[in-house]
Amino acid sequence: MKGVHDEARAPAHVHHHDPASHGWLADAVVWAPSVLLLTLLVGGYLALVSRRAGTTGRRWRRRRTAAWVVGAALLALGFSPALHAAAHAGPRGHMVQHLLLGMYAPVGLVLAAPVTLLLGAAGAPGRRRIAAVLGSRPVGMLTHPLVATVVDVGGLCVLYLTGLYAASVGNGALHLAINVHLVLAGSLFTWAIVRPDPAPHPRSLGLRATALVLAAAAHAVLAKALYAQAPALPPGAGLPRAELEGAAVLMYYGGDLAELAVAVALFAAWYRAQGLALRRARRAWPMIGA
Amino acid sequence: MSGSPQTVGSAAGRRASLAAAAMIGVGVMAAVDEIVFHQILAWHHFYDRSSSAVGLLSDGLLHAASLVLLVGGFFWLADLHRRGVTTRRSAWAGFVLGLGGFQLFDGTVNHKLLDLHQIRYGVDVLPYDLAWNTAAVLLLLLGTVLAFRSRREAVPVPERRR
Repeated sequence: MKGVHDEARAPAHVHHHDPASHGWLADAVVWAPSVLLLTLLVGGYLALVSRRAGTTGRRWRRRRTAAWVVGAALLALGFSPALHAAAHAGPRGHMVQHLLLGMYAPVGLVLAAPVTLLLGAAGAPGRRRIAAVLGSRPVGMLTHPLVATVVDVGGLCVLYLTGLYAASVGNGALHLAINVHLVLAGSLFTWAIVRPDPAPHPRSLGLRATALVLAAAAHAVLAKALYAQAPALPPGAGLPRAELEGAAVLMYYGGDLAELAVAVALFAAWYRAQGLALRRARRAWPMIGA
Repeated sequence: MSGSPQTVGSAAGRRASLAAAAMIGVGVMAAVDEIVFHQILAWHHFYDRSSSAVGLLSDGLLHAASLVLLVGGFFWLADLHRRGVTTRRSAWAGFVLGLGGFQLFDGTVNHKLLDLHQIRYGVDVLPYDLAWNTAAVLLLLLGTVLAFRSRREAVPVPERRR
């Protein structure tokens, strides 16, 4: 995010983020929050898995745990000093950080079916509370595929089409808040499309596929607009045109990859559900089942 | 997307096979366009500064939809196959129709009507346009012939019932 001019203006600040100038102890200190985040996320998930096994006696699917570990690792990497330094070096690094935090990490976290795990690990009162939250009107509205699309893509539009991006340059707290929002909005969107957990508000496959197409299209159009309007967009960023164009191309193709991952997750879940229904039907009508 | 295993008859199986394979055909041609003409040959441009806002919007929608069609068509066809109602020739017909349909839409609406980007730059573009759209029409004709010839195709008898 920091251009050449900023580095010249504030060398002390940049020096602070240069790990090479510190010893291994300083490296360990700056990496500690990332390692702690990863440990907490994976440790918490594994604790819930073992608690669920104690409560229900059923095995938890390994690929869900694997998805959580991958998602948590991408999240920790996105918040790590390495990506922080890359984001400060220019818009391309900044874009990689956004792709990790807002798109790739959420896919892993959502495919891990965290709500199902919570429901299984909680006792009866906790289960009732979770069900009440899931069944509430605000959660139902927020997890509507089209609402989640507007929340997710709308945030990106505000970030890149207003002065927010420029304001976040050199403002650590605002930058962190934006990154946290990206993770939450990305997870909300991915969950609303894939819906790996039981939820009281049913949403049809067609609606979810349509929302995915609209979100991916808006993402692609925004990326091309950023490419076309560089360096006027993002407003006030004042970065070299070639760097902004490179970041926009990354956004475009990086978005395709995320769309592909979410589409596979969406249709694979549908395919699995169809298979279950088919097996049930064949058990009920063995003579007619094709 | 499809009915229960008891109700899918031969005609419904043919229609579903054709539609699912057509979705894959659209997605495959869009991917070929992106990989071959944008990336490998670099004839097409990412953005050529002549595109209108409507053009960018339509391009974004088509781009996003073709990927979802590719993945959705694949899983739909896999589901039909699992139910034993896929018809091979209808599926090929749909695939070729999908290829041609995308190619023609890209060659007429995207390249010409919306003026999104041209096939190639710095050359006389007319032969390229003619070759592009002729190929599209040929694919559509081939797909139509295949679909016509597959209209009496029977659903293969499933090898095992359970």
